[in-house]
Amino acid sequence: MVVEPIAEQQAAPKLTRKDFASSADPRWCPGCGDYSILAQTQKMLPNLGVPREKLVFVSGIGCASRFPYYMNTYGFHSIHGRAPTLATGLKVARPDLQLWVITGDGDALSIGGNHFLHALRRNIDINIILFNNRIYGLTKGQYSPTSELGKRTKSSPMGSIDAPINPISVALAAEATFVARSFDTDPPHLIETLERAARHRGGSFVEVYQNCNIFNDGAYRAFTDKPVRLQRMLYLKDGEPMRYGVEQEMAVRLNGLAAECVDLREEPDAEPLVHDASRTDPSVAHLLARMSYPEMPVPVGVFRDVEKPTYDALLEEQIEMASAQQGKGDIRALLRGDTTWQVE
Amino acid sequence: MMVKLTVETDRAGRERDRVTIRFAGDSGDGMQLAGNRFTDSTALFGNDFSTLPDFPAEIRAPAGSLAGVSAFQISFSNQRIHTPGDAPDTLIAMNPAALKMNLGDLPRGGLIIVNEEAFTTTNLKKAGYAANPLGDGSLSDYRIISVPLTKLAVEAAREFPVSVQQAERTRNLAALGLVCWLYGRDLESTLQWVAVKFERNPAIVQANQSALRAGYNYGETAELADASVRVGPAKLPPGEYRNITGNQATSLGIVAAAHLSGQSVVYASYPITPASEILELLASYRNFGVKTVQAEDEIAAAGVALGAAFGGALGLTGTSGPGLALKAETVGLAVSTELPLVILDIQRAGPSTGMPTKTEQGDLLQAFFGRNSESPVCIVAPSSPGDCFYLAIEAIRIAQKYMTPVIFLSDTYLGNTSEPWIVPAIDEIAPIVIRHHTDPEGFAPFIRDSETLARPYALPGTPGLEHRVGGLEKADGSGDVSYDPLNHQRMVDLRAEKIERIAQDVPALEVEGPQEGDVLVLGWGSTRGAILSAADQARAEGVPVSTAHLRYLNPFPHNLGAVLRRFRRVLIPENNSGQLRLLIRAKYLIDAHGLNKVMGKPFTAVEIAEGIIQLSEESRGR
Repeated sequence: MVVEPIAEQQAAPKLTRKDFASSADPRWCPGCGDYSILAQTQKMLPNLGVPREKLVFVSGIGCASRFPYYMNTYGFHSIHGRAPTLATGLKVARPDLQLWVITGDGDALSIGGNHFLHALRRNIDINIILFNNRIYGLTKGQYSPTSELGKRTKSSPMGSIDAPINPISVALAAEATFVARSFDTDPPHLIETLERAARHRGGSFVEVYQNCNIFNDGAYRAFTDKPVRLQRMLYLKDGEPMRYGVEQEMAVRLNGLAAECVDLREEPDAEPLVHDASRTDPSVAHLLARMSYPEMPVPVGVFRDVEKPTYDALLEEQIEMASAQQGKGDIRALLRGDTTWQVE
Repeated sequence: MMVKLTVETDRAGRERDRVTIRFAGDSGDGMQLAGNRFTDSTALFGNDFSTLPDFPAEIRAPAGSLAGVSAFQISFSNQRIHTPGDAPDTLIAMNPAALKMNLGDLPRGGLIIVNEEAFTTTNLKKAGYAANPLGDGSLSDYRIISVPLTKLAVEAAREFPVSVQQAERTRNLAALGLVCWLYGRDLESTLQWVAVKFERNPAIVQANQSALRAGYNYGETAELADASVRVGPAKLPPGEYRNITGNQATSLGIVAAAHLSGQSVVYASYPITPASEILELLASYRNFGVKTVQAEDEIAAAGVALGAAFGGALGLTGTSGPGLALKAETVGLAVSTELPLVILDIQRAGPSTGMPTKTEQGDLLQAFFGRNSESPVCIVAPSSPGDCFYLAIEAIRIAQKYMTPVIFLSDTYLGNTSEPWIVPAIDEIAPIVIRHHTDPEGFAPFIRDSETLARPYALPGTPGLEHRVGGLEKADGSGDVSYDPLNHQRMVDLRAEKIERIAQDVPALEVEGPQEGDVLVLGWGSTRGAILSAADQARAEGVPVSTAHLRYLNPFPHNLGAVLRRFRRVLIPENNSGQLRLLIRAKYLIDAHGLNKVMGKPFTAVEIAEGIIQLSEESRGR
């Protein structure tokens, strides 16, 4: 969504993080990654210049879905998996609002999988933020659709036999026009990513790796911990070669139809892939989505950012077109229909 | 188009008060089209009428099979009528399967028009006939007009550049032409309709028009005059009329409600028989600002409608019974968040997928109780095709005024059946007043109006009213999440009390006939026509009976209990196994009797009349 501050708001004092905090005290467990995502969202929103009353946070069910209660904006805490449907209806009714869907891995990819797909393929102008902790937290620790195969949880004491789903791949397969990933322990990156999602016109999807310190502590620590982050994660930057490592000594390049890592100290002439999120063809984005630790660095940033007509705009267009072609609806003529007859 | 009535009086024909015709053929025979065209010319002629389409769920079941038979019944009269007729006087059977499936409904002495060319060995076998019924004397109790309809159609099309297949396809128009001749109907409206319908293909227009005339002329030349019947125009209340089905009227009611409230409509639906037609109709009203969303599933459709309602649009979703089951959790969310969501349920035979194209009133208890916990909603049920218009408006009015979900229970029969309808004067319908809260002073999302108990409708976008709603229990007033035991009790009671207060807007139940006495027939929804006709029949037999019809099911009209107690016996006919009866017994402790038919078909008047007479005899101790 392209957000431009409206004239009267420019005169108003710029809002701050505190303006977006509601009076309700967050009730997530101490140390939960959700606190960081809430804080970064509240820090980011003043940058957009959108008045508070124009923002609506819609959520489903799960720890993440308590998010709207903590935002001093409009909010709707709905039912499990269905937040994208409510957001779709609200955006259709009110294109003037900026909509955020807050969801989790169970909410978006299990019970709400269908709505997640269809909201993205319609390219309705909403922002879907998925807090992925790879576990069911609110129900106290069952495996989720992103839990790794073999994971031992309360509902999988011998290890999960469900193959996990990859949220970025699913979003790309649904033809999402904006697909990104960030994580809870890199606030500047999270703020930048959320802001780009907000500014994208169309359906935006951001996966946020989020730590559940109670039921799945350290799920991402192997590559998100500060000392190893630079070696094990790939920060995607538009127009720049895909390089990583403390000295940017490593690169990702194409080998046939696959991505591979290359050590530039050994192969100085290697040609790294240059990141271009605006590429219409999603093939490279799909390759990036499949990269995972430890074989490859884990990409974060914007995988895909392309322009397509949005569902809400197309609907408004049809209404204008119909009114132009058929004339504005005349209720009396409609009630009479094609044929009437008079009884004296 | 306003058409002048021309009453043909120059041709002979026996006068009758009422005639019922059934067009039956293969799904591909175009019987719905023939029936609808005949209906239009009957409307223009000035009869009162009622129609009933009856088609299989399969788009094209194997040609010639019993499963593929599609039928359309119309009853027309020179008096007021309320049903599409108990049994046809005349059956048009385009093939052996159509004859076999429908013959049982035709009284002895009835007229059968058959397309004789379709009675081939193959078709007879497909229909399960060992011998050709046209030749073995088995139809000797009926009057038969055996016509080579396909040949008539092909010959009529000979001079036009159409293929043989295209020419054969006009046999339904030939059949229609013959029926028009038999009942003295003008061809003009059908000729015009054909010209508009196929305007891009002049040859097809000519072939169809020619087939229609050929059928008509066949009647003229084949000396069928003794079969010809006249039914004069009915004395209807004066006014401008149109033909309307329940689904059409429902769609128009929704657009009218948008006009009356000044709000836009968001209608979200997932295709399902027999509700899809409403989605299709509303999708064609974009120039009225109507926004339709074909959602990915039933749950999404409910969610879209509820999200739209949160934003201030008129949020509606439409479905049939299986879809209502899927929407249940979202309806519960609308109960909890107290938002104005309207859910249309065009009921069909169940359980599960059931019989998708057949009627039933089986979802009343689902509408009442099909959600978790204490989750009361308002329920209305239209009683005729035209009434769908007015109750759709009422459903939206109540939803907005009381900030509540409203379920609208129509059914397959009501949705598809048609009747003449006085075009409503939109300016004479009360506006729908919607007050969006804008004042931040003292605002809380769950403080209540003292009269209606409705909470304030504060739309996103309103500065200073930022608030959160959700499915968690809310503190009375503030709307903050609350697990307080006493608060939960209070909120449960308040939500129930709010629905009860809707009764102040529900008109008192009117009794037609004696205001007290022996037998009261209490109906709801689509059974009204059959009940009225049945009561007339019972009275003609000397049995006094009264009727009352519920259009509001939750809450009931405030005087319902008092009305019920004025009668010694209460009979409740329903196309289910006794769902309203269960509620009436539970609420009023009255020993109501049920008359229950769950066959996928509406009641005939005779079925209800017999029930009335039997109960009346019991009441009088015979």
